[in-house]
Amino acid sequence: MSESLKEKRSDPIIYTQLECIEGPLVALLASLSGIGFGEAVQIVDRAGNVRHGRVALLDDKRVTIEVFQGTAGLAMGGERTRFLGRPITLNLDVSIIGRRLNGMGEPIDGGPPLAGEAREISGTVINPTARSYPDEFIQTGITGIDVMNALVRGQKLPIFSSSGLPHDRLAIQIAQQAKIRPDLSAAVGTGTSSEQELVVVFAAIGVKHDVAVRFSEEISGRTVSFLNLADDPVMERLLTPRMALTAAEYLAFDLGLHVLVILTDMTVYGEALREVATARGDVPSRKGYPGYLYSDLASIYERAGQIKGKKGSITQLPILTMPNNDITHPIADLTGYITEGQIVLSRDLSRQGLYPPLELLPSLSRLMGDGVGEGLTYADHMPLMEQLYAAYARAEEVRMMTRIVGEEDLSEIDRCYLRFAQLLEQRFLAQGFSEDRSIEQSLEMGWRCLGSLPAKELTRLSQDEIEQHRSMWEGADDVKAFTQEEDTGRE
Amino acid sequence: MSARIARISGSVVTCDHAELFAMGERAAVGHVGLVGEVIRLTAEYCYIQVYEDTTNLQAGEPVAPTQTPLMVELGPGLLTTIYDGIQRPLDVLREQSGAFILRGAEAKALSRDRQWLFEPLQEVGADLSGGALLGQVQETSAIVHKILVPPLVCGHLLKIANKGEYRLHEPIALVRKDNGQEQELYLYHHWPVRQKRPVNKRLTPDIPLITGQRIIDTLFPLAKGGTAAMPGGFGTGKTVTQHNLAKWCDADVIVYIGCGERGNEMTGVLSDFPKLADPRTGHPLIERTVMIANTSNMPVSAREASIYTGITIAEYFRDQGLDVALMADSTSRWAEALREISGRLEEMPAEEGFPAYLPTRTAEFYERAGKVQTLAGDSGSVTSIGAISPPGGDFSEPVTLHTQRFVRAYWVLDKALANARFFPAIHPLESYSEYGAELVSWWMQMSTHWQRDREELFNLLMEADELKGIVRIMGEDGLSDHQRRVLLAERVTKEGFLRQSAFNANDRYASPKKQAYLLQVIMQQVRALLGDTGTIEDARERFQLDGLIRLKDEIASDDADGILKWQDAP
Ligand SMILES: Nc1ncnc2c1ncn2[C@@H]1O[C@H](COP(=O)(O)OP(=O)(O)O)[C@@H](O)[C@H]1O
Ligand SMILES: [Mg+2]
Repeated sequence: MSESLKEKRSDPIIYTQLECIEGPLVALLASLSGIGFGEAVQIVDRAGNVRHGRVALLDDKRVTIEVFQGTAGLAMGGERTRFLGRPITLNLDVSIIGRRLNGMGEPIDGGPPLAGEAREISGTVINPTARSYPDEFIQTGITGIDVMNALVRGQKLPIFSSSGLPHDRLAIQIAQQAKIRPDLSAAVGTGTSSEQELVVVFAAIGVKHDVAVRFSEEISGRTVSFLNLADDPVMERLLTPRMALTAAEYLAFDLGLHVLVILTDMTVYGEALREVATARGDVPSRKGYPGYLYSDLASIYERAGQIKGKKGSITQLPILTMPNNDITHPIADLTGYITEGQIVLSRDLSRQGLYPPLELLPSLSRLMGDGVGEGLTYADHMPLMEQLYAAYARAEEVRMMTRIVGEEDLSEIDRCYLRFAQLLEQRFLAQGFSEDRSIEQSLEMGWRCLGSLPAKELTRLSQDEIEQHRSMWEGADDVKAFTQEEDTGRE
Repeated sequence: MSARIARISGSVVTCDHAELFAMGERAAVGHVGLVGEVIRLTAEYCYIQVYEDTTNLQAGEPVAPTQTPLMVELGPGLLTTIYDGIQRPLDVLREQSGAFILRGAEAKALSRDRQWLFEPLQEVGADLSGGALLGQVQETSAIVHKILVPPLVCGHLLKIANKGEYRLHEPIALVRKDNGQEQELYLYHHWPVRQKRPVNKRLTPDIPLITGQRIIDTLFPLAKGGTAAMPGGFGTGKTVTQHNLAKWCDADVIVYIGCGERGNEMTGVLSDFPKLADPRTGHPLIERTVMIANTSNMPVSAREASIYTGITIAEYFRDQGLDVALMADSTSRWAEALREISGRLEEMPAEEGFPAYLPTRTAEFYERAGKVQTLAGDSGSVTSIGAISPPGGDFSEPVTLHTQRFVRAYWVLDKALANARFFPAIHPLESYSEYGAELVSWWMQMSTHWQRDREELFNLLMEADELKGIVRIMGEDGLSDHQRRVLLAERVTKEGFLRQSAFNANDRYASPKKQAYLLQVIMQQVRALLGDTGTIEDARERFQLDGLIRLKDEIASDDADGILKWQDAP
C-alpha cells in the first residue's frame, strides 16, 4: 500500500512553517502522513533558491530534515518544503561518461541535465553469495605496490596519507597506468583492450580546487567526476561518495565496464558526518565521531567488488589524510578495518625526496595472496614478497638500534641489513612519476635487492628458490656499484 | 485496534498500543512487514529494533505482533548453508531477487521441498523426554544428523514413521504428552535464539581442540568446550586465523559467523571450503559448516542477532552429541551494534558510549559455550572463539577488557609481528591459555618430551625478550657469547616452529604429531646450541639451523615421521 500511495502522490506536498532550525537540521511541526524515512526533500528559501535535504527523523508530530546546503539564511516562515516521495536518486544512462557534476550530482560542465533511470544513491547490499572473489592482478606499474601489496580487480585499497604528501600524484599514476595483463593469466577473461580499459569515477569530497583540477586534467580517457570542493556545502559531502558509487555500479554492473573509483578525502567525509551527528545529538564515541561511523563507512567501502555473471567490476581507491600522521585516528582506523588493506605513505621517506614514499611495514594488500602466484603472476611472487618484508622489518630494527648505539658496534650481518634497506628504498621503491614498470621488471628488482644479504639469511625462501634466482644478483652490476658506493661513502 | 508507527529513528521504530506487545516478541513492521523485535515497552510506546533498512517507512504504517519471539529453525539442511543474521538463507534470497538483497525479502531457513532419508531409532510405546533420540538423517557425507525430541517436549511415543524419505513439514512421530495432549513431531523444530538450550550437566573441558596451528595448540591451547578471544588491530590476522581454525580444527561441526565484516571474506569461505578436504575425514570442509553472514553493510540490528542465531545453531548440533566450534568475527561489531541500538533508545551510556549491560551480554554469550552432558546423556561441546577489533589497536577499551574476563584462552595479535609478515602474529609472551595444564596428559601420549620441550621453549622466549631489551640500549656488543646464542636460538624457534603460513600447502595445517616432533627436534638442537662452546659465527652451519627452520615448510603432516630423522643430526 505504501508503494501505491507514493505513486498517487504526483503533487509534492508543500508546507510553509518551519518549527525549529538548528545546525544543519530543520524541523517541521506537522502530523504528516505519507512521508517516508530517508525521503528526499527540497526547501525553497525566500530568495527562491532550492536546497536539498532528507528526512532524518520522523514521528507522528514532527519531521526533522537534514539540509545538505546548510541552513544559513533559512527563516522560520515563508519557506516552501517539498517532499519528493522517494529517497535521493541519481539519473543514469550511458551519457554520464565524460560528465562533470557537483557533489549532489548536478551538472557543472554546462551540459544538459542527467537523463535516464533514477537510482537510489544509498545502494543495496550485494548478497555475499552473488559476489565473485577478486583474484585478477592489476599491474599498476609501481614496484612497491605490485610486488609488495598487489592490487586486484574489485578490491578496495585505500591510500593512508597526510597533508603535504604526494597521494594525489600516486592515485593519478595508478589511474593512468593500471592494467590487466591477460598474457599472464589464463583466468583473466579475454576481452578486447577497450573492454579491459578502466573507466575512472572520481569523487572529490571537500578537497581544494587545484586538486580537483589536477585530477580532471591528468586522468585522460573515460571519466565521471563528482566534485564537492572545499568551499561547497559540508552536508553535501555525505552524498558525494554515494553518488559516485551509484554511477560506478551502473557502469560496472549494467554496462559491464571495469571501474576505478577514487574517493578523496575520506577524512573530510568523516568530519562532515561528525558535524551532522553532533547536531542530531547522537551519542559520540571516539573523538566525537558517532558510534555508527564504522557502519556508515562500510556502506561506502563495501560497494566495491565483482558479481558472478556480470562482466564489470568496481575497484576502489579511497584516499584519506591522517590528522597528525596518526594511524589510530578513527577514520583511518575504521577504514583499515573495513577495506582490503591499505597503502601507507611515509613522511620520512618523502622528506628524503623519495617517490613514491611507501611505508611498507604498515601497508598491506589482503587480497594479494589470492591474486598473485603461479598462473596469476609468477610462482616466486609471494615468497619474494615475504622475504623482502621479513628482511626489511629486520633492517628497521637494526636502524632503530643504530640510532642509539651508533653504527660502529654493528655486526657484519646488521650492516648487510642496513645496505639492503637502502637498496630497497633507493632502487626498488623509488621511481619516476610516469615510470611504468612491468611486473617482470619489478620482481627482478626485488630479487636483486636480496643480493645484498648473505644467502643463509634468506630463510623465508626455499633452497630451490634461492638457487633459481642466484644468478640475478650475482651478475647484478648495479648492486655491486651501489654497495661499493655505500662502503666508500662511509669511510 | 492495531498499532501504528509513531516514530522512526534509523533501525529503531516506535509504535503505539504498547499493550499489544511483549518484550522480545517478533513484530512485523510496516506494510512490507519488515522483521523486528520488541526491545522496550513503556506505558504508551513499544520500541522495536528492525532487522532491515527502514528507508521509506512512514509514520502511521501498521505494526503487527506475532506472538512468538525471534526464533531459528533447527533441522536437516543447516549444513553447507549460508544465512544472514536472522537466518534467511542467502542463496535462496539470491534466487528470488538477484545479486542485491531487497528489503522485506522472505524465505524459510530450511527447505520444505527437499526430502531427507529418515531412519527411525525408537519403537512405538517408548516414553521419551526432551532431547531423546527419535531417529537420524545422513545430512551430508560428513555428518549424521540426529533427530531429537525438542527439549521441552516429553511424552509417550504413539507413532513413528518408517524408514523413508520425508520433507520437513511431514510429521515423523506422534507423542502423547503428560497432560494428555497429542503432539506431532517433525524433522525440525523452532527455538528462541536468546534462550540457551537445556543440558543435563556441564562437564570439564579436558580434550584439546586441535587447530593445526602450532602456536595455538602447543603454547596457548584450546579445549573442546572452551572459550577463546583474539584481540588485534586491523590487518593482524584475526580473520585468517578464524578461517584457519574453521578449516583445520578437529570439531565435528563448524558455525562460522561473519559479524559486521567484509562480504568478500564470506565469499572466500564459500568458494574455498567446498574445495578443501577435512584432514581427518577427507570430506569437503563445507559439509560440516554452517555460515552466518551479516556483513558490515547489512542492517545493524541483524548483526546484533547474528551472534545468537549462530550460538543457537551450535547448541543444537551439540545436543546431538557432537563437538561444535563456533567462530565469531568480530564480536566488536556485535558490541557496536548493541551500542548503536542503545543510543537510539537514548539509554544512558556507560563507557565509550557502550550500554551498561555490555559485560552481562558478553558473559551470557561465552557462557553458552561448554562441554556438556546432553539431555540424551551423550557428551557434546560448543567451543566459542571470538575475534575482537579494538579501536586504534588499544586493548584497554571496554569490549576487549570485558571479554578478557569471560574467556580462558587469550591470543593477543601483535601489530609489529604482522607488519614484519610474521604469521600467526600471536604474541608469544602476552597471550595465555588456562587450558594448558588440563591438556598435558593428552599431549604426553604424542611425545614424552612434550611438557619439557614446551616449558623450555617458554623460558627461552622470555630470556630472549629480556636480552633484547639490553640490546636495544647497548647493542649486541654488550652480550656474552652465551647470550648471543640465546638470541639465535630464539630466532630459530620463532622462524622454525611458531611461524606458520596459511599459504603454504605443506604447513597450513600441522597434525599433533608433526607439532610434537617438530618441537622435539628443534628443542633438541636448541639445547645443543646453547651448550656449545664454539664460535657463534659458524654455529648456524654446524647445527644446520637454516635447514631446521625450513623443515616445517618441507615436510607435510602426512610425513611427520620424517622429522625425527633430524634427531641424529650432529
Ligand atoms: N597465518 C597467516 N599466514 C599468512 N598470512 C597471514 C596469516 N594471517 C594473516 N596473514 C596476512 O595478513 C593479512 C591480514 O589478515 P586478516 O586476518 O585479514 O587481518 P584482520 O582480520 O585482523 O584484519 C592477510 O591478508 C594475510 O596476508
Ligand atoms: Mg578481519
